[in-house]
Amino acid sequence: MEQKIATRMGDGSLVEMTRSEIKDDLEAGTQLAAKKAKVPELTQDELDHLLEIYASSARFTAVDIGDEVVLSNDGTGTKYTGSVGMDLQVYEQVVGVDIVELWQTDYSYKAVKTNVHHEAQWMKMAQMLLTNPVQYGAMPDLGRYSAPDGPYPNWSELLPLGKIDDARRSQEEAAATLVHDIEFVADHLVEAGADGIDMDTTGAAGDCDFLAALQACAKLRAKYPDLGIEIGMAGEFVIGMHGQVTHDGVRLAGLWPKAQLELVQKAGASIFGPCVNVNTGKSTAWNVARAITIIKPCMEIAEIPVHVNVGMGVGAVPTCAYPPADATSRASKAFAEILKIDGY
Amino acid sequence: MEGAHAHAAGMGGHRTAGDLVARMQMTRRMRLKEAKQYVAGKLGCSTRDLSDPIAMETVRQDHGIGNLACTSAVHPAEAGMIEAKFNISKLLDIPINSVERFKARVGL
Repeated sequence: MEQKIATRMGDGSLVEMTRSEIKDDLEAGTQLAAKKAKVPELTQDELDHLLEIYASSARFTAVDIGDEVVLSNDGTGTKYTGSVGMDLQVYEQVVGVDIVELWQTDYSYKAVKTNVHHEAQWMKMAQMLLTNPVQYGAMPDLGRYSAPDGPYPNWSELLPLGKIDDARRSQEEAAATLVHDIEFVADHLVEAGADGIDMDTTGAAGDCDFLAALQACAKLRAKYPDLGIEIGMAGEFVIGMHGQVTHDGVRLAGLWPKAQLELVQKAGASIFGPCVNVNTGKSTAWNVARAITIIKPCMEIAEIPVHVNVGMGVGAVPTCAYPPADATSRASKAFAEILKIDGY
Repeated sequence: MEGAHAHAAGMGGHRTAGDLVARMQMTRRMRLKEAKQYVAGKLGCSTRDLSDPIAMETVRQDHGIGNLACTSAVHPAEAGMIEAKFNISKLLDIPINSVERFKARVGL
């Protein structure tokens, strides 16, 4: 009888599986990803490597000495440890991350706009106190611009009524306002000394959300040649809420990470963050095989650093408030060793 | 979760040279291998040293680019924080926004 190994499900719960069951899950994960994303399956060597990482009861795992990658940290800190500045210092000095990020709890450029002077003041103080690069981050969050929260007709209400043209027009107008808001916030934070601007969870509201991030990125790059600009995605696949919108002649709806990266690096970003969401009903082994298969084509064409999203429900880190170190460290090692990522 | 990532595969930030490699990624869009080689070349050390807090303690002191202040080791007479970033900017030959703003605002 095969020995059982303690491992995790995508919701973080502890389960016991045999080595053969973990191997089956790895194969099923890569096969499904290859079929859905129309990309090659992982090679046998890569699957064997993943099996060595995941078929282990060790409480923790890690890369070899010398193979470490840059750890950026969107939404650095908890907001409940002392002050905003102390939170950033804790992450620099105790946790040891490589890039920290100033942010506010309402993590949206539209929300930050009304509070931007206070955020900029914290940026100025953080720059005096920290040696690490300090970037500013928020979500493009296009949905905030639709009624009743925003000024534009709600496309999620228009679409079921068959008012397709109205829904598309509303998203286009909202995206134009969002570009302005991202630029407005970025200008204030750069003036205060920010090392970078992060557009996190991009595409959460679909293709026009991604469009706004790309346009804002291009404008910021033209204005600030040395600024760090990171675009991190919300999911593996750009949802076609509009369906027809294009950037540089490429239709955004339905793009997978490789095509997303091509546009992001052309827009002038410094760092791209691909994202693959976690299926909570499957094992972390299944999820990591799926995520690596989807992101792998991206790594083959990357001209800029790729920082894979690996936290709380993405990148094979379980969807829960307190991801266990065993599952988190396995995801770290898997992405760093198999994909040769530049950071996460 | 961030702690697990930092220990599993992170470079170590300011206690090693992770902050410097990150700056080359952000400012010059360098991929990891190129960024590590660039920083190691500027510091005169190996790329493996960049993630080693023992090797980097001396290297950082020698270049005045800031060491972590902790109970067992404080550095009140050495460059730290914004001061260290002046030296990092010169060492890596990159502009650092906060340093440039500082210089402009005090008339340097």
